[in-house]
Amino acid sequence: MGSTPVVAPEKTREDVLIEEQGFDDHFHDHHHGDKFQSNFITKYVFSMDHKIIAKQFLITGMFWALIGAGMSIVFRLQLGFPEENFAWLRPLLGNWIMVDAEGIGTLDPQFYYALVTMHGTILVFFVLTAGLSGTFSNLLIPLQLGARDMASPLLNMLSYWFFFLSGSIMFASLFLSTGPFSGGWTAYPPLSALPQASTGSGAGMTMWTVSLVFFVVSVLLGGINYITTVLNLRTKGMTMWRMPLTIWAFFVTAIIGLLSFPVLASGFFLMMCDRGLGTSFYLSEIFVGGEALDYVGGSPILYQHLFWFLGHPEVYIIILPAMGLVSEVLSVHARKPIFGYKAMVFSILAIAFLSFIVWAHHMFMSGVNPWISNFFVLFTLIIAVPSAVKVFNWITTVYRGNLRFNSASLFAVGFVSMFISGGLTGLFLGNSAIDIQLHDTYFVVAHFHIVMGIAAFFGMFAGIYNWFPKMYGRFMNETLGKIHFWGTLIGAYAIFWPMHYLGLAGVPRRYYRFDTFDAFSHFGAMNKFITVAAVVVFALQVLFVINFFYSIWKGKKVTTRNPWGATTLEWTTPINPGHGNWPGKIPTVTRWAYDYGKDGKEFVSQVEPLAEGELTDGEGAHH
Amino acid sequence: MVALSDKKTVGRSKIHPLKFLLIISCASIMMLFAGLTSAYIVRRAGGNWLEFRLPNLFFINTVVILMSSVALQAAYHYFKIGKEKLYKGLLFSAFILGLLFIILQYQGWLDMHAIGVELTGNPAGSFVYVISGVHVAHILAGLAALTVALVQAFSLKYTVTPRRKLRFELTLIYWHFVGFLWLYLLTFFVIQS
Repeated sequence: MGSTPVVAPEKTREDVLIEEQGFDDHFHDHHHGDKFQSNFITKYVFSMDHKIIAKQFLITGMFWALIGAGMSIVFRLQLGFPEENFAWLRPLLGNWIMVDAEGIGTLDPQFYYALVTMHGTILVFFVLTAGLSGTFSNLLIPLQLGARDMASPLLNMLSYWFFFLSGSIMFASLFLSTGPFSGGWTAYPPLSALPQASTGSGAGMTMWTVSLVFFVVSVLLGGINYITTVLNLRTKGMTMWRMPLTIWAFFVTAIIGLLSFPVLASGFFLMMCDRGLGTSFYLSEIFVGGEALDYVGGSPILYQHLFWFLGHPEVYIIILPAMGLVSEVLSVHARKPIFGYKAMVFSILAIAFLSFIVWAHHMFMSGVNPWISNFFVLFTLIIAVPSAVKVFNWITTVYRGNLRFNSASLFAVGFVSMFISGGLTGLFLGNSAIDIQLHDTYFVVAHFHIVMGIAAFFGMFAGIYNWFPKMYGRFMNETLGKIHFWGTLIGAYAIFWPMHYLGLAGVPRRYYRFDTFDAFSHFGAMNKFITVAAVVVFALQVLFVINFFYSIWKGKKVTTRNPWGATTLEWTTPINPGHGNWPGKIPTVTRWAYDYGKDGKEFVSQVEPLAEGELTDGEGAHH
Repeated sequence: MVALSDKKTVGRSKIHPLKFLLIISCASIMMLFAGLTSAYIVRRAGGNWLEFRLPNLFFINTVVILMSSVALQAAYHYFKIGKEKLYKGLLFSAFILGLLFIILQYQGWLDMHAIGVELTGNPAGSFVYVISGVHVAHILAGLAALTVALVQAFSLKYTVTPRRKLRFELTLIYWHFVGFLWLYLLTFFVIQS
């Protein structure tokens, strides 16, 4: 991938500064770094270099994104064209397409549920958790903090390989003759806890659970590393209040993950006991096929509590890294300091805190005491406050800036648009009274797809377009990037905007077809429209993937160290940094990350010493 | 690779990164048990709950695991000040006490079984089995670390290097953690019943 360390073509001012004032950690005196990258296997496969691990997370995430989105295309085809002949999908889906005597193929309803379930699981965990936070935390934490690598490169490598193992198990479950798990990505009991509940509840569910337990291990190994690196391995002068917002976001994300994923693991563990050992944690007085089972005294709601105690923070595990990336990208490309840096940090912290005390808003309709629901409504709605602070600050950052319209900044602006659109519907759903009508309808589908699906993807795209030069030493194609952006922006709204209407009309999610219901059959045309839009958007993502891989080898080469004119440390490394990131000393930092448009200079790198009497860290911002 | 996170490369950090990393891993394990014990509280509040007396062995065992913790702490002390014999002996006894803990836990489960509290019956019993079982799994991980420490203690020439000291400290932190974790779990069960 062309990342052989290249001798710097030019000696920049940053090089001189690092040489004069950098911190000499004698890293290059011992050759321990190179020992671990001596051949192809240790360099690209079992790599301990955070930059390679970041690429591994990204490319694996893209693989899963294509599978997960491809699944959504299949079930959208079913919803948009329920009468159509799907026999042509047989080469791909095999027996899941049932072909009748006349040769007309229909999608197996059981498999429809499996597709919906897998789509959710894959996108939430494999793409938007591992693919997003895994990629950018790995890439940026050491680079932006001036560290050689993560605190424990070994655990970091294991984090990726546990993710890989988890993904392999999930992938294998797609090929079971009984199909993968089909009880919804939330895996509520009894569909998940009883192996005989449905065809996917047997081997499919077993593999689903084992896969996700390995996934939890992966997230925790990554998370403890991110936290330790941020707290312990910052370079000299890099105080917490000088960290870029990306790092704040990854740091807080890792803390949330560390506190919530173990709880999910405990929920899965009790589930495994119910499935394998015959305990009754979640199961109670159940009849299957007219036969009473042995389970007594369990509570399915208990699982919901444990699941959503992770499940809600998980939403912020997905969106906070995107917020961090967007903050950085907007500031760099608007050539302005981020507006309200400290407010941004405090709102991240506030969101993180609140994310732990709102989980039952997913359970308003599960029989939770309405009095207790009041508190969950209150805290849920309060999340709008720090979220609005962030939105205000992003808009104000762009306001009167010299915004460069490139793929990265467009996606960052698109993120803000999506976050507003999707966030506002959260206010409807957070209300327990309105939720009676909207629960489990397409309104919910529209809400979370916009606010944490599309928005998180936009943040991720902004990050990829912006840091691709750092990852591969080349640029992605701008024209294709802009087509990708405008098409996806319009297409995503075309998919999800109409769903709000469906939801308000009470159309339930997860149904196999609607044309057989009098109440919903008149939405046929709308469903067709959504499906067509989904196919177009999917095609645009394929275009993005082509652009990505084409640019790795054939993209325009990066010729200067700091193509965006950014202040942060990753742009002081060589164009293709080797292991250890900096060829000599590590940079020391004298100012915050957002000195843009200051004292007549377009930007001032974090390694540039303060002039006499100069204010920084945002202190001079209001003068 | 350890050199990447050596103290000297960091310059100003006070705690070794790997030690810090272990401590937050412990926090994460704590959340696993917080999840399990809060599930216990929620389920118990739902009624249909079997009340029973915890086996006496669970209480005796608390002494065993805490003694093991003390033994390891003492072993660390003598390791540092160069009393090789005491260090090895105490390390070995910490290991044996840990092993004894697992055997006695198993005996405790048999006692619960004997009074008719089954794994698959009322969730009140299932919770105790499962929570103490998951705890034993964490003790086993600690024993694995102690095994490594023992093998090194008896196979390597005795010297106090920063690397070995760090390794000992990591084992020590984890072993104390799982010991006190049991104390927490037992206290939790007692308060709840």
